[in-house]
Amino acid sequence: MTQVKSLVITGFGINCEEEMAAAYELAGATAEIVHLNEILHGKVSIQDYDILNFPGGFSFGDDLASGKVVANKIKYKKLPSGDVMLDEIRKFLKDGKYILGVCNGFQMLVRMGLLPDTTSNFETEATLSNNNSGKFEDRWVYCKVNKQSKTPFLKDIDVIALPARHGEGKLILLDDEMRAKVAANNLNCLSYCTADGTITAEYPANPNGADLNCAGLTNLTGQVLGLMPHPEAYLSLYNHPDWGQIKRRNSDVSEDGEGLKIFENIVEHVLDKKLATA
Amino acid sequence: MTASVQVLLKPHILDVKGKKVEEKCLKQLDITTGKVKSSKLFSINYDTASSHLKDFASKCIKDVVTEEILVNELFSADNYSAAIAIAQLPGVTDDEGTSAQMAWVDFFNINADVKTQHIFTQEIYYFEKNISPENLMLIAKRLLGNPLINHFTFANRDDSGILSFTPFVPEVSMKADDTTDTVSLELSDDDLVQLSKEKVLALNLAEMKAIVAYYKNSDTITARQKEGLSTDPTDCELEILGQTWSEHCKHKEFNAVIHYNNKETGEQKTINSLFKTFIKGTTSEVQESLEANKNDWLVKVFSDNAGVVKATEDKLFVWKVETHNSPSALDPYGGAITGILGNNRDPLGTGIGGARFLFNTNVLCFGNPDYDKPLLTGQLHPRQIMEGVISGIEDGGNKSGVPTVNGSVVFDDRYSGKPLVYCGTGALMPYDYKGMPSWEKPIDAGDRIIVAGGRVGKDGIHGATFSSIEIDEHSPSSAVQIGSPITQKKVADFMIKACLAGLVKCSTDNGAGGLSSSVGELATISGGAVVDLEKVPLKYAGLKPWEIFVSESQERMSLVIEEKHIEALFELADAMEVELTDIGEFTSDGFLDIRYNNKKVAYLNMEFLHEGDPQKVMYAEWEKPALQEPVLGGDFDYNDILLKLMGSLNICSRESIIRQYDHEVKGKTIIKPLMGPQGKAPQDAAIMRFGFDGFEGVAVSNGILPRYGDIDAYEMSAGAFDEAVRQIISAGGSLPNTNSNDGVFWSVNDNFCVPDSEYNKESNPDGKLKLAKLVQMCEALYEMATFFDIPLTSGKDSMKNDFKADGVKISVPPTILYSMTAKVNDVRKTVTSDFKADGDLIYQLGTTYNELGASEFYGLYNELGANVPKVRKEDAKDLYLKVMKANAAGLIESSHDISDGGLAVTVVESAFGGNWGADVHLNNLGDLSVNAKLFSESHSRFVVSVRPSNQEKFEEIFGSLAFLLGNVTENKQVIIKSDNNKLIDLPTDSLMDAWSGGLVL
Repeated sequence: MTQVKSLVITGFGINCEEEMAAAYELAGATAEIVHLNEILHGKVSIQDYDILNFPGGFSFGDDLASGKVVANKIKYKKLPSGDVMLDEIRKFLKDGKYILGVCNGFQMLVRMGLLPDTTSNFETEATLSNNNSGKFEDRWVYCKVNKQSKTPFLKDIDVIALPARHGEGKLILLDDEMRAKVAANNLNCLSYCTADGTITAEYPANPNGADLNCAGLTNLTGQVLGLMPHPEAYLSLYNHPDWGQIKRRNSDVSEDGEGLKIFENIVEHVLDKKLATA
Repeated sequence: MTASVQVLLKPHILDVKGKKVEEKCLKQLDITTGKVKSSKLFSINYDTASSHLKDFASKCIKDVVTEEILVNELFSADNYSAAIAIAQLPGVTDDEGTSAQMAWVDFFNINADVKTQHIFTQEIYYFEKNISPENLMLIAKRLLGNPLINHFTFANRDDSGILSFTPFVPEVSMKADDTTDTVSLELSDDDLVQLSKEKVLALNLAEMKAIVAYYKNSDTITARQKEGLSTDPTDCELEILGQTWSEHCKHKEFNAVIHYNNKETGEQKTINSLFKTFIKGTTSEVQESLEANKNDWLVKVFSDNAGVVKATEDKLFVWKVETHNSPSALDPYGGAITGILGNNRDPLGTGIGGARFLFNTNVLCFGNPDYDKPLLTGQLHPRQIMEGVISGIEDGGNKSGVPTVNGSVVFDDRYSGKPLVYCGTGALMPYDYKGMPSWEKPIDAGDRIIVAGGRVGKDGIHGATFSSIEIDEHSPSSAVQIGSPITQKKVADFMIKACLAGLVKCSTDNGAGGLSSSVGELATISGGAVVDLEKVPLKYAGLKPWEIFVSESQERMSLVIEEKHIEALFELADAMEVELTDIGEFTSDGFLDIRYNNKKVAYLNMEFLHEGDPQKVMYAEWEKPALQEPVLGGDFDYNDILLKLMGSLNICSRESIIRQYDHEVKGKTIIKPLMGPQGKAPQDAAIMRFGFDGFEGVAVSNGILPRYGDIDAYEMSAGAFDEAVRQIISAGGSLPNTNSNDGVFWSVNDNFCVPDSEYNKESNPDGKLKLAKLVQMCEALYEMATFFDIPLTSGKDSMKNDFKADGVKISVPPTILYSMTAKVNDVRKTVTSDFKADGDLIYQLGTTYNELGASEFYGLYNELGANVPKVRKEDAKDLYLKVMKANAAGLIESSHDISDGGLAVTVVESAFGGNWGADVHLNNLGDLSVNAKLFSESHSRFVVSVRPSNQEKFEEIFGSLAFLLGNVTENKQVIIKSDNNKLIDLPTDSLMDAWSGGLVL
């Protein structure tokens, strides 16, 4: 049977690996949780997988900047082969595979230069900085999907409710030119919005004050998705803070959470591709 | 030569941190700072060429989008007039420095030492306006740091217009000192007591004399002479005895003989150990009753770091609640973070170990954040304590990836000296590891002692003995421990893997008392241990052997490993970058044998060490206080009263605290602290599911009612117990033991925090009364737990919650917290507190009595009253069984238990969820005053809502226990009528504003 294999990275303070792995399993893929050192020490190769995942958490306690120390490892620490892990990632993407980063994982991808990556050279073009509120906050937000965005992760989603849980989630793009480029290429694939889908800069619907009200970015090919809110924490209807009234309004409502759809999308997309080339 | 890298935000980037400091200076200290600029400085002691340093700094430290850096120079600060730099004191954990070291070795691909500190970080704030040195000190101490752990450097613009300072680099420079001294005990009684005080042993005369007797015993002398030891004790031995016999570790007062004289009834009795009689005794009785009904889910109680019950076919639920009061009084952030991380290590080191954390809880008691009395020497402002503790809990939970799902905050100025910081952790452990029962702790002679995790420094020396005495202005600063969530996360990840692989025979954590406590206690299982202290990895040189043994440096686990697994264990640790050290082995010769470079520094008989402390004798005397109900004059404006209540400190919204805690990491939180479409509705209990493949889970609640104890300590304890039970029932939980073999486990931790209750004519004249209150609290616990068949599985007591300085004593009120957990078979069937739909009927379940004593309503008038709410446990159980029946039939749409503020507040909170209104009347509530109907805090009551179509079925179940109040409305107006008078007529939004504005961080 053709299977979609996903790799979930953990270690050094990453802490959302279990629910990320559960998401892929619920979506029909296999999921393996692997300590980052197993890759850095050459014991596991990312090339053996279809989807590479950087979950949320507090890697290295957000020291230096959120996701920064792990991104440094991936950029500079030499594998036994003499390459760095970023070289492996370059090959992985070249082979048409997919990468997801959530929250701290998104921060890592941005610091590695994988997002928004408008030059395809992995240059740093953005950062995720302290929320305007100056605090960590856990609150549910709505995100509007950019219909023009290419990424298969977000197919057939219009507005999605998700929990945001971060202190450094304010996306800042390098300069005006970069903001224009990101918007022109529809790399800003997810934007904070109100319940009816109106994109907003207003706190708390926009929890951090991000440039372009952006909650998530993709790259030019759509293979890489990074987002601040946590789809892996909304796998079940019963994760939603208003499940009581949602059920009261519609007793036949699906017991799946909306976040699961993102994982189902990518698993289905990869499976279709694999079956097509098989 | 120390190199430096300074990081500054580019001028156009919003300085969120600087702005926050600017706002706090103005709001909390009334100091106008002008613009505040934040900055970070790295001081680097690695040796490298400056070109390499620049490369490292610009690639690994600088954020190219937002930051600029200065290498080996400092910001010229032309537009600023003053500055404060906040560094750590030498030896204080600097996690960010350590992470920078990791980046250093990764970037250069070199093997450099990353285990001791070579990169130090500090924060620098520049202030636009000139600020006086006194005010700079105030800002530093109140908002930016703590002199116990931080070094401050201050700077003002000098006459020539230059703002400059030399950064402090907190290198530790101490001479190596491996001396062990002996201490003569040929002393008078007074001098023995003095010796105990000087060495912070916290031992009384009887205990000191027991120690003298041990060293004079001919068997001891013979054994010591044979080993070539002095017949006088070594400093290390006295420290071990002080720690092992400390109140913190030995619970001497809970094990004391208490002579109790009840002057109200004339009864006199002697209680041989509160713990054995009322805590352990209770659980034994409950266990019998459970097992008689084939409910055999109690697995391990009171004999390990946490209580263990059977959760599912293949999983155990492990539950522990601890307090960390004294450290939080000195260093609120550090005290709270080590509280939560230390409590995490309890489940992690229960049985074999390696339980996975499911959730954290926290209950906090503070003085009023707007406290305006002068502060005593060493006393921190209650707001500073509150903000520090909350940040500590935030980082402790969030950075470990454990959701903080349940808690409470209680305000009372008697907590302004010592706050109470209760931290709880629930965890899941597999039933067995490779066939070995996970909850067992087997140890044999020859097993190795392996320490995993952080290194040892001077931090936290004397924590166990220090928490057993009251705080005064001379309290040692080394009693502060510093937490490192990232170090602990690595250790926890490693423990889970190592246990699953069957490499660990058993484990325990290193908390209070350090190795002395962990190894000392484990050694009772095999019958002895040998430890080589020189092998223990240190943060820096200069610790004496005894300091190494009792240091409470955090994030360490002690593992018991069979020789055959050593190699595999070290390999795994290496791969996961966890430091392991083999420090000795377990023996069976009956001695705790501690060495430094092969020289014995302690050699103690295990039996004497653990059984040799004399039982304490204490006196309790109860006299009923003369109290009466107040006569409140004048007309009552109920709209005004209700708005005041909603905004009062003990009722108002905790949202600004709750949102800073991640309450849903792990994706298993089903009922969070705040629910509803806007996430505003406060909930009674948290509900967690165990996994992603099923819907079994656990309900979590807490009960704490200290102000009731001002009238009646028994009713306070019984009421807190009922509060925690009814919250779980409200959320859709079930009582235990209602059916044979029903699998509904309950696991409860009791945590007593009381003021010094040992009578002393001068220093504690009301000690006997305080102890009588403690006895009554225990009696209530026994009555309630045995009645409901709810077992206590673990807990803790903290006995000296007094803050003394300048001749003044601030004592906490006797406080008990019940932290309850109960199995939920299907989390989808649980019930939230928010009303669900327009037109639903609103009922009160349970009877209101004229019980306004110690209510929040009386509090508005600064009255205490006399009629404290009483628990009528038979009625309560009858009602709870009916609620369970109604929930099984799906008849209850929302349920909120009635507590602080009474019925009116509960109805309003239920309306908050969906932004509804309510139209209710009080006519059915019987012959009571309007004040009692609205505000009485009688126990065992709920406000529920029901679909009109279910009215008949619902009323059939509850009969006379259900009082119809009215219905949910769409118009967002809360109306409460009595007869035809509108007592309350307020927009839900106005009530929400009052409730939300009561406490803002």
